This record gives sequence, C-alpha cells and structure tokens, in this order.
Amino acid sequence: METVKLIIDKKQVEVSKGTTILDAAKSVGIQIPTLCYMKLEDLHYENNPGACRICVVEIEGRRNLAPSCKTECIEGMVVKTHTPRVMNARKTVMELILSNHPAECLTCSSNGHCELQVIAHDLGIREIRYAGEQSKFQIDRSPSIVRNMNKCIMCRRCETMCNSIQTVGALTAVNRGFNAAVSTAFERDIAGSTCSYCGQCVSVCPVNALSGRNTQQPVLDALADPAKIVIAQTAPAVRTALGRDFGFEPGTLVTGKMVSALRQLGFDYVFDTDFAADLTIMEEGTELLQRLGKYLNGDEKVKIPMMTSCCPGWVSFVEQHFPELRENLSTAKSPQQMFGAIAKSYFAKILGIDRKNLVVVSIMPCLAKKYEASRPEFSVDGNPDVDISIYTRELARLIRYANIDFNELPDSDFDHPLGESTGAGIIFGTTGGVIEAACRTAYELFTKKVLHKVDFEELRGMEGIRSATIDFEGVPVKIGIAHGLGNARKLIEEVKNGTSPYHAIEVMACPGGCIGGGGQPFHRGRMEVLRKRATALYQEDVNKPLRKSHENPYIQKLYKEFLGEPCGPLAHKLLHTHYIDRKEIVGLYMQTDKRD
Amino acid sequence: MAQYTNYILVCGGTGCRASQSEKIIGNLKAAVEKNGLQKNVQVIRTGCFGFCEKGPVVKMIPDNTFYVQVQPGDADELVKEHLVKGRKVERLLYVNPETNEQILDSKHIDFYKKQLRVALRNCGFINPENIDEYIARDGYVALGKAITEMTPEEVIKEIMDSGLRGRGGGGFPTGLKWQITRKVQASQKYVVCNADEGDPGAFMDRSILEGDPHSIVEAMAINGYCTGANKGLVYIRAEYPLAVERLMIAIKQAKEYGLLGDNIFGSGFSFDIEIRYGAGAFVCGEETALIHSMEGLRGEATVKPPFPSEQGYKGYPTNVNNVETYANIPVILLKGAKWFSSIGTEKSKGTKVFALAGKVNNVGLIEVPMGTTLREVIFGIGGGIKDGKKFKAVQTGGPSGGCLTEKHLDLPIDYDNLLAAGSMMGSGGMIVMDENDCMVAMAKFYLDFTVEESCGKCAPCRIGNKRLHEILQKITSGNGTEDDLDRLRNLAMVIKDTALCGLGQTSPNPVLSTMDNFYDEYLAHVHDHRCPSHQCRELTQYYINPEKCKGCTLCARVCPVHAITGDRKVPHVIDLQVCIRCGTCMDKCKFDAVYVH
Amino acid sequence: MNKVKTLDDLRKMRDSFRASLDLREKSDHPEKMIQIKISMATCGIAAGAKDIMNYFIEVLDREHIDALVTQTGCMGYCYAEPTVEILVPGKEPLVFGYVNKAKVDEIISQYIRYGILVDGIIPVSYTAVKPE
Repeated sequence: METVKLIIDKKQVEVSKGTTILDAAKSVGIQIPTLCYMKLEDLHYENNPGACRICVVEIEGRRNLAPSCKTECIEGMVVKTHTPRVMNARKTVMELILSNHPAECLTCSSNGHCELQVIAHDLGIREIRYAGEQSKFQIDRSPSIVRNMNKCIMCRRCETMCNSIQTVGALTAVNRGFNAAVSTAFERDIAGSTCSYCGQCVSVCPVNALSGRNTQQPVLDALADPAKIVIAQTAPAVRTALGRDFGFEPGTLVTGKMVSALRQLGFDYVFDTDFAADLTIMEEGTELLQRLGKYLNGDEKVKIPMMTSCCPGWVSFVEQHFPELRENLSTAKSPQQMFGAIAKSYFAKILGIDRKNLVVVSIMPCLAKKYEASRPEFSVDGNPDVDISIYTRELARLIRYANIDFNELPDSDFDHPLGESTGAGIIFGTTGGVIEAACRTAYELFTKKVLHKVDFEELRGMEGIRSATIDFEGVPVKIGIAHGLGNARKLIEEVKNGTSPYHAIEVMACPGGCIGGGGQPFHRGRMEVLRKRATALYQEDVNKPLRKSHENPYIQKLYKEFLGEPCGPLAHKLLHTHYIDRKEIVGLYMQTDKRD
Repeated sequence: MAQYTNYILVCGGTGCRASQSEKIIGNLKAAVEKNGLQKNVQVIRTGCFGFCEKGPVVKMIPDNTFYVQVQPGDADELVKEHLVKGRKVERLLYVNPETNEQILDSKHIDFYKKQLRVALRNCGFINPENIDEYIARDGYVALGKAITEMTPEEVIKEIMDSGLRGRGGGGFPTGLKWQITRKVQASQKYVVCNADEGDPGAFMDRSILEGDPHSIVEAMAINGYCTGANKGLVYIRAEYPLAVERLMIAIKQAKEYGLLGDNIFGSGFSFDIEIRYGAGAFVCGEETALIHSMEGLRGEATVKPPFPSEQGYKGYPTNVNNVETYANIPVILLKGAKWFSSIGTEKSKGTKVFALAGKVNNVGLIEVPMGTTLREVIFGIGGGIKDGKKFKAVQTGGPSGGCLTEKHLDLPIDYDNLLAAGSMMGSGGMIVMDENDCMVAMAKFYLDFTVEESCGKCAPCRIGNKRLHEILQKITSGNGTEDDLDRLRNLAMVIKDTALCGLGQTSPNPVLSTMDNFYDEYLAHVHDHRCPSHQCRELTQYYINPEKCKGCTLCARVCPVHAITGDRKVPHVIDLQVCIRCGTCMDKCKFDAVYVH
Repeated sequence: MNKVKTLDDLRKMRDSFRASLDLREKSDHPEKMIQIKISMATCGIAAGAKDIMNYFIEVLDREHIDALVTQTGCMGYCYAEPTVEILVPGKEPLVFGYVNKAKVDEIISQYIRYGILVDGIIPVSYTAVKPE
C-alpha cells in the first residue's frame, strides 16, 4: 500500500495514503480533540462534516487552520497540533459553541456523560468571552424521544445516523446561519415525522439535544403504591450494558446485580424478558413453519419471506415506508408485549388479582419500546399490557436515586414462573440472535430430530447484511439478516421487487442489534463497546444449561396449563397482532434519493 | 434582408427596465411607425450598457448619439427631432459633470473612454434574443474552431496560456481547472455555470446573461468538449427572471441551429444545457454548496478536497466556472491567448468587470483591464465622489472583501494586489464610500449580510459572525469598551482561520480591514462615545443653532415624532428625549441651522 | 431553420448576417469611416435632401464604398440646400452645397474615391466635434 511520511508535532509519522491527520496523530499517541467527529467503523458510520472546527491544526505553508478529521496526510506535511494559534482558535471556537448552549449542566440528564463538558474541561474553558443571544426552540416531546434544540451544537451526527445509516430521513438541518437547527420535514413534531423511534440519534448525540423520554417518576410512584403489585421484565441486552454506567468494563454481564437492584428498588417480582423471547420463538417459529409449509406446497398467497417483528423501530419503519409489505411481518408480538400479555392474564390469574393492580415495568435497551408499549392495540380496556417502559440508562439513574451501591450488590436470580429462560432467549439482544434462536427450535419442530450443533456461527457477526442457508434435513432454508435500517431497507427493497432470495429475514433497527439500542449507556463512538456486549451475550448463551426455547420447562408449562398450542386460538388472541399502514403521516415527505 | 439605415438601441438590462425602458421601446416603435420610418429604422432591445447611473439609456446608430435618463414620454421627440429633423435632443444628452459640456456620443464619455470591453463586448450592442446577431459577431466560431480544428488539449493549452483566472472571486487558473477535470476518468462528467451572483449590489453576471447569453452557451459547450462532459448545467438565481428568459431563448436558438445537441458541427461531440434555479442563498455561490443545492440537498459547503473537478455533481467530475469566466472563453479562442495575455498584469490577465456602486457619480457596470488603478476606476470612470464629497474608502470583493483607502488608490487592481492589501477581487463588487460613511457601521452592515447568509454548518461562521455583529452593535450604540475591540479582533482572526468555506473565511474581512485602516473611528466610538461620521444613531444628537434658525417651522412640521418645538420666527429647539435621530430636520433646513454632535 | 453542420456553414451564415450589424460596427468606430452628413432640417428636406440621402446610400452600396450616411440638423446654409458634409478620415470636413444627383456622382467618384476636390464647397464656419 502506498504510504506517506509526515511530521506531526516533531514526530515522524508514516501512514497509508488517504489517512487523515486525526488518525495519523492517533497512531503516534497524539489525541487531537474532536467534537462533531464520530466513527463506528464496523457499521460504516462516519460523521465528519468538518463542522465544529475543534480539531483544527496548523499545517506549515497553509493559510488557514485545517480540520484534522477531514484533511488527508500529504507527503512531507509538517503538522503542529498545539501551537498558541491552534489552542487559541480551539478555545475561541469552543467559547462560541458554549455561548449558544444553555449552561444547565447541573440539571441536565447528560450531566457527567456529556462530550461537550469533557472538551470544555480539557480545553480549560473558564469564561465565555463571547456571550450573546441564544437560540430559543420549543422542546419537542414524543413518546420515545425528546428534542431540545437549544442544546444542539450542530454536530450533525444524528442527521448522518438518521439519513445515511438508518435511511429514515426524519432529521435534517433547516434554516440558515444562527437560526440553523436540526429538525424534521416542515419542522413538525417528531411524532408527526417519519421517525421510527429507533433512538440512534440519541445514542450519538454528544450533548442532550436528543434524549430519551424520561418515565422514571411513574415507576417510583407505582413502587410506592401499596395497592399495586409491580413486576419488572428485563431485556437481554440490558444486562451487558448496565454495568458501564457503574464503571464496569464494556460487556460485563451484571445480571445478578441487576436483579438484586430491582428487588431492592421495591419490585415485587423480577422477571426476565428472555422468558418472553423463548415464548416468541415458539409462536414465531411455528408461524414460520406454517408459512414455509404453505409456500413449499405452492400456496402463492402466503407472504414469504417472513420478517421478524420483535423490533418496534423496524415495525414502524415498515408501517411508514413499506406498508404494502406489512403482511410479511410475523404477526407474533415482540417479547416485551408477549410478556405484558402473559403477565396480565396468566400471571395475574396465578396471583388472583385484577390486571389493573398489576403494574408491568419493562427495562429495555430501547427507546422505541416506550412507543410500542403505548400502542393502543397492546392494551385491554385502556389498561396497557406493559405499563411503563424504561431504558437502561433510566434504570441506572433509578438505582442511584435509591442510593443503592450497585457494585457491592450480591447476585440473585430471577423469580418464577416468568424468569426462566434458555440461551436462545439471551441472544435475542444481538443481531442474528432472533433468527438463530428460531432456527434452533424450528429445526427440531420441522425435522423432529435433535439439533446437536446449536451454534449457527454463519448467522453471527457485525456485517450489515448477512445471509445463510440452513439445511433443514434436505430443505434449504434461506435466511437474511440485517441490522441498521439502511441495511434493512436493502433487503426489503428486494422483497418489494420480488427478487428476495430469502424465506426468513431478521431485522434489528439498531446497528449491532439491541446491544446498540438508543437506551443503552453511550458507546461514544467506541466500536469495541458494542462488540464486547455481543460477545457477552453469546457467552451467556453457552453458559445456559438449556439453549433451545422449546426446552424451557416454564414455557412448556405455560402452554400446557394456559395457552394450549403455539399459534392456537388463545395464543393468537394474546400473542399476535396486526400492523397498520402509516404512510399517510409520512405523506408529502416520501422522495427516495434517485442517484443516476 | 431588410436594410435599415438607422438603429435605436435601447438598454434592456434589469436596471433600465425597472425605469420603464420597455415602455420606451414600445413608444419608440410607435413613433417610428407614426413617422413612416419603419423600413429604415429598427428599435432594438440590447443588454446592459453599464451606465446605470444615467439609465434608461438610448443610443442612436449610426451617429452614436447617446441619450441618457430617457423617459417614455421622450420617444416622440426623439424620433421627430433626431430621426426626422436630424437635430439632437440636447436636453437628453449626457453632460460632463466637470466641464458641464454636453457630450454627443458614448465614445467621448469618460465613463466609456477608459473601459476595455471583452466580457461585455456584446452587451449593449447586439440584440441578445437574436442568435443571428451573435453569429454576425463571430459567435460560435470559437466553438466550431475548437471542435473541428483543435484537440481538447490544444484548447486547454490556449486557455492556460491566456492566463485566464476564475472571475467568480477565487482566481483559480481556468485552464488548469479544465485540465484537472479532463484528467479524471469517469463515465459521466458535468460542466456547470455558476450564475448564483449574490453579492449585494453586484450584477456583472446578470448583465452578461441578459446582454450576451450566447457567449455563455458557446463557452460551456467548449468547456464540455475540453473536459469530456456532454451535459451543462447553469445554476442561476430564480430572482434573475430576465437573465433566465434570455438564456432559455439562447439555448433554444442554439439547439435549433444545431449548435447545441447531438453531433455538433458533425464532429460527433454532443452537448446539452439545462437550467437549474437557485433560491438566492449567497453560500450557494460556493461551488460545493452550489452542487449540493443542485442535487436537491441543503445548500451547504463541504470540505475540499475532494474538489468538484474530481467529485462533484452526483459524485461525477464537475467543472464549475463563473459566468464572466465563460464570457471570456470564446474571445480567447478567436483572438488567441497571446492577445488576451497582453492585457492585464503579470499574474492577472485580461479584463475584469466591476459593478461600481456607492457614492460615485457614475454607478454602473464597467470593464477595465487588470492593472487599472482604483483611482482610474473611481475618479476616471466613476466620475469621482458624489456631491463633491471626499473619498474615504472603497469596498471590493463584496461583503467578504475589505475596505481599501486613500493610500490604496494607486494600487493596480489584480487578484494578488487586492489580497495583499487585505481585500479581495471577489466577483467584482465595488462600493465607494465618502467622508460621511462610518466605517464601523459599514463593517456592521456587511456582517448583517453574512450573518443572514451563513449556511450555519460550521461553528465559527454560524455563531462567530453573530457575535461579531453583536459586538459591533454594542460599539455603534456607544456601549463598547476597549476590551470589546480586542475581543472583536481575536474573534475575527479566529473565524478567518477556522471557518469551513470561503464565505466564513472571508466574512470578517470588513471588520479586520476597517480595524486596520480606521482604528481611530473605532476608538472614537469606544472612548468618546462619538461617531465621527454622525452615522450611528445612538451616538448622534441633533441640535438647532439659534443664531442660524429663522423660526420658519419647517423642521417642526417634518419631524415624524414632533420632537421640535418653537414659535414662528423664534429659534426652534429639539427635545433630545423624543428625537429619534432620523436626520429629516437637517435635510430639510434651508438655513443650515441643524447640526449634529 | 437549417442546421449548422460545418464550421464553413457557420462562417457563411456569419457573413450574411454581418450586413445587419454593419452599421453598428461602423458607428462604433466612426473616426475610421467616411462620414456623409446630410442636412435634414425643414429647408433641406424641402429642397430634396431625403432623395439625395437615399441616392448617396444607393451609389455607395453599388460602388462598395464603406461610408456612414447620417442626417444632421440645419447647417445654416439654407440658401444652398441641399447641403452635405463629407468627412474623410484624416482630412478636414468639407461642406458641399446645391447637391443634386449629378453632384452626388461627382463627389463620390472624384472626392471620396480619389481625394480630388470638386466644385460646390462652402466655406466652413463652425467646428464639429473633433474625432479622437
């Protein structure tokens, strides 16, 4: 490979051609501060608009300062990263950014997690010499996402995520100059936009301009209400990430401590969404086999490929952008909603209480789950199956409020009957996990044979789109996997065009799957954080004695005592749903980028 | 073909149209017919004559009589007197302000005498809506020569040898740009004409498009031939309806003649031009922002490299040149690089069109050889400062240029000299200021514009310019401190050093150059809370000198806020609490009794 | 409209269109041209100046002589109408009186073509605008 030699801060550096000064500097231990820049190499996410100008450096012979994130190294270049000119420029620009940012750090939910704070601290900002008029925007609150553009620093990460990676196209910059802001089409509310609530904009926002909707108080209220039985369900991806907000290494599994913490918070029962994931496999796997059977028998009406429906961001993406393909979605509810439905019927019956006195709180890695829980079809007589959905960071906050010393907590186990799960339920939290879990069960149900090798390595990894053919004893089942809605769009375009080769498609809206969800502790551009979370889930799967959903004894019991058959009448009533054409609200917006 | 013995050329530029030149044309035609002269006399609507100060302009051919400030009602007299009776209509002749002499023809008007019209060669001469007239002036011969007799490399070499540099402001060598675009391998390439002229008061490009649209069509086709593009796009402000209309006519005519379209001159080379409308965002004159705007994206600049020549419209190599640059191309090929490079200075060849505005006698559109001094332009062509006032400064390069002063008057105008003097060529705006202009207020005025026009992408430009403006506001309202001046300079330097695109990098120029050249004015505002030019309202107070006031009551009657009181024939008094410092009393007083302090 | 197929086509076209612009081109450089100014005030017109002007144009065209024929106001020699001022580049302007068609032929064939003075010159008592 062609290389170039240059000098950065008197150090000789040799890098391959095309390397930016920022990366070249990093390779010799020089950390140039950045603000708008963010790169997640596995996900092909790179936001480098060169907009914040914090990373500027001096290049000999160049008239002005250069943004190091955007300037390629050239042979013989002499770069200086901390001359008085550079430092003064960075400081001045930082003061400008801060001059239009509300100084509410102490009451901001990003306090302590804010990238702007870190850089302001590193640059030693002690006063803002350029105070002046500040932007004033209405705060926009949707069920999942809150948009406070007064805090926006125009790094454009959210926009890149929403448009380039997710291809949702809900966010774009509007207006000019000082009035410029990231907004939706026609400056509507998020709720009236094409937003799918995936929450990826929140996960990359360096400040708190985009944040998750805060619903901690209702949880505390419910816990304090003696008339209510409050139960928790925790999604698989939460346990690999929660520890990060308490100083654990990325990917540390804190399942036991999490259960203890929830109990200490006052939850009457602490259950596992993984249980519902196993249940989902029973329903969705059965549905897949039914569809496949019809398809193989030449039924032309059956919708193949079947697409997974666990991810609410993905479901609203289909409803908004591809409503004509909504019947390809599995009718099985997501694990969160299956849990809610079972808890408020089966479990309420066991406790002998009215569903109204049972409060189901879900702890999710996800912001879209808040929206999903609020969908009217997931309630009975106005009483939602899942009352409150909070995300991982909110749980961490609750633990701190309640002065629980998380690090010192003993491990404890989930309660029964809704706390037992198999390894298959665990891997729901990462891309490829749902379909792998489904394969383990579907294979055995279809072939009536025991599956010995349960690890479908070919379905794993961080590639945006993956595919594999699983041999169901002579019947090749073709599987497609996408994570990130932009990748999903490619697969669903194929379905739309009739060129999709797959029988089943798994989609998770967030890059990496739920481990990278919008409600998780921030990765701050560190790709290894996501990789380690995925590894941890696969490790937990291996550690489980049971690794196929249909082997879960509590699932078997549930069908035997309550539900009957998978996809049977009661199962259908409680565990399946339907989808809605939401293209209308997108209306005017839909214009695909046709590049010739 | 009908042979006319007389022509009446009427300026159809936007400025003269606004002063009813269309009506003048109509009336002239009617008068010609009424006098039975329609077989001998033709009335022609041309492009801009440039002498906008004295518009609407009417020129009689063949005797070249130049009538100025013509009204629609003058048409009858012009035809009767000038054509029928052969007498000049003296009251409509141009009067030399210095000698008070009437001047009969344009050749003898100083405004034209000192100009050299290359880019504007056809403006005000031909009918821009008639391709035949363009062809009669060697139109499309350069294209034909290029395509049929020269290789693209030879054409590029000719352009390179001519020394032509980008007239949009950057001054990048045009031939080199073409060569870079040519060398990039791609399945598709584009040629773009940047007609997003956005400087306040500038109308060079508009006038060329209005007065000589075919030259742009021809040059774009030549560019396409050289760079390997078969598609041309003109990005033009939608606020230029006349230019758009004439360009559309030109494209249509060229297509009809086979000078655009498939297989031009039987050479196998095909080229087509499309018009794209801009919404008039200043930043879209920056080429990357322009391209994004054409792609349907937000008009925002992106970091270069990659340059559009490598990766432009829809990711394909795209050669972007400005209107005036294009206007020079056909002449260079016709007259040769040698001829072109004989005009101008060592590093800036050819001529430059300027929109001369502000406090000069002759505002308008002018074209002079590079190397002409500011003095020749302002005093020679511009006819000096209005109302006999003293020259103070000239702003070149539009809102992102700098103020040059008395000491720069003998500076030969070229790219490098202007840059070295702290200003820039820009696209050719030139605004002259006199002793009554406050330089701090002037800097604020330009900042007003850049604050409005910043795209908002990079922090220094988005927030920095706003803060510059706020500090200037503070100073001009008398609340500034010396500390503010330090902050102002630091911020201006940092914005210049860190902003993403040309707009931001140059937006502090008015501040920096006025601070360099007129620091005493800043100090007066800050130390003495005084505006030496009495322009800053908050720092100005109006008084009536009781010795001069005759008590005529005129000022009291015109005062919009009734701040002036006094009995008839008794000196009046201004209530400073009520006065809004509009200056109307001062303008109206016949006895010079109102003064400011 | 015929399409332009070759560069020669275009050049031919240009040459044929040139005539229409001729007058404008010439008037842009009047100092290089022979200028014929015909006094066209009431008295001149009454004496037949219009016909004389047309005849000038006609003959000049026929003889392929590039000249600018323009009308001008009363020169003050009403007794000698039609009067014509002839300006040959590099020479002093001359004014001829009592011009008729025969005189036109004579002026063109003798004075304009060869610089030979012919009868009928009126002494000039005013100064015209000096060309550059």
